[in-house]
Amino acid sequence: MNSEHYEALKNVIKIYLPTDVTIDDINPNSHLINELNINSANLVDIVLDVEDHFDITIEDSEIEKMDTVANALEIIALKLN
Amino acid sequence: MKRRVVVTGLGVCAPNGIGISDFTEAIKKGISGVRYHQELADLNFGCQIAGQPKIPEEMLSTYFSPLQLRDMDATGIMYGMIAGVDAWKDAGLSIMSKDDVDYDSGIIFGTSLLGADKFRKAIYLTDEGRVKRLGSTTVIQTMASGISAYLGGYLGAGNQVTTNSSACTTGTESILMGYDRIANGYSKRMLVGGCNDSGPYIWGGFDAMRVLNKKHNYQPEAGSRPMQTDASGFVPGSGAGALLLESLESALNRGAYIYAEILGGAVNSGGQRQNGSMTAPNSKAVQRCIKDALTNTYVKPEMISTINGHLTATGMCPTEIKNWSTALGLAGKEFPYINSLKSMTGHCLAAAGSIESVAAIIEIEQNMIFGNVNSDDIHQDILDIVDKERIPSKTLYREVDIVAKASFGFGDVNCCMLFKKYLPNKE
Repeated sequence: MNSEHYEALKNVIKIYLPTDVTIDDINPNSHLINELNINSANLVDIVLDVEDHFDITIEDSEIEKMDTVANALEIIALKLN
Repeated sequence: MKRRVVVTGLGVCAPNGIGISDFTEAIKKGISGVRYHQELADLNFGCQIAGQPKIPEEMLSTYFSPLQLRDMDATGIMYGMIAGVDAWKDAGLSIMSKDDVDYDSGIIFGTSLLGADKFRKAIYLTDEGRVKRLGSTTVIQTMASGISAYLGGYLGAGNQVTTNSSACTTGTESILMGYDRIANGYSKRMLVGGCNDSGPYIWGGFDAMRVLNKKHNYQPEAGSRPMQTDASGFVPGSGAGALLLESLESALNRGAYIYAEILGGAVNSGGQRQNGSMTAPNSKAVQRCIKDALTNTYVKPEMISTINGHLTATGMCPTEIKNWSTALGLAGKEFPYINSLKSMTGHCLAAAGSIESVAAIIEIEQNMIFGNVNSDDIHQDILDIVDKERIPSKTLYREVDIVAKASFGFGDVNCCMLFKKYLPNKE
């Protein structure tokens, strides 16, 4: 896992966290919706922020796979190669 | 037996004052919220003045989460949230916790077109083939019910949560709709009101219709001139007003402060028949609406302390005065006092009726009739009907018992409400 990417992703996710979840609650295995309680409608916004930050394009089929922090990082790594 | 309905909370985000205390001060002193807008001049608008609330940047974080604020482009939602949340808190009500819903409280908060600036961005992105870039906030900020949805989520309201839309009648109509719901026992509390976006995309269509005042671009505060001889168009406005309506029983049980009682009112349409059209009211329908409002509330014309008119300054003011006079059967010195808040705010469109109703409730609470500004040359057709003394140009301090408030909108729709000082002993 690329720690630079991990920190960047945490920063992207931060604003989408409900008030009772903090950035410290995020770990690589966190499920975005089930564990971090992010509103599912905001997944598309997270994808846009990730695209902007890493200058990549994420396909609709790949969004479904971005369920956990680790899986999101995997897709980001794949795109950057 | 209908339940009695009272006002226990007020909130306002007006061009001449945000919050009840600033707004009250402004209407007493005749402070105008109409200002010159360079943006309108740059876009070749005939009318380059408008009424727009001045919201301090840091204020919004009280009403929105950082995430909600990040992509917030709907000014109407900003105004509506400030007014709505303020009214709720003013009534002494608490915000529901994360796991609680208040099924006894509902929201009817109207608007005309919401999130115009948001929609503009969405249109550009869509036309560029980048529809995915719209994100998740385009729908919720451009759906008309966005304002009731934002308020509902903030407060945790679980009764009916909806948005009404009837052009410039919207704000007043929402009060009648909320009143009906409580009076009939469907809800204990209703947050009602209206909001309207600001900006060139909202006001442009009116400029194109040549219904705005083009003559006061360099004297903005003198630009809104209801009932005047030289009234040549309205000044576009924006903002929001909100009232927390509550059954008298609920208010007394909570020991809530009561501003005034809502007696009820009437709503109708002139059918765009007779002398009515899409853009002009059928006078017979207007008179009927006012008469129906009196009948429904058992109010006799001579009981009305003051009228809070629609009175936009398009040149239709004499017709409106004539309609009031005919409907009430009162003229000269017998005619109630009458004023137009639009002389200070411009015409706040879908928010107008709600901001003006907030002003009317304040008049009852404080025994005060705010003066009309820019009122030194009243149209002769009006003076032929109403004694000049009934159209105050300075704020009067005197007993105010009943205020009649009416709004008229495109589509030939009308609404008239009667508000009264609350008397505990009447039952």
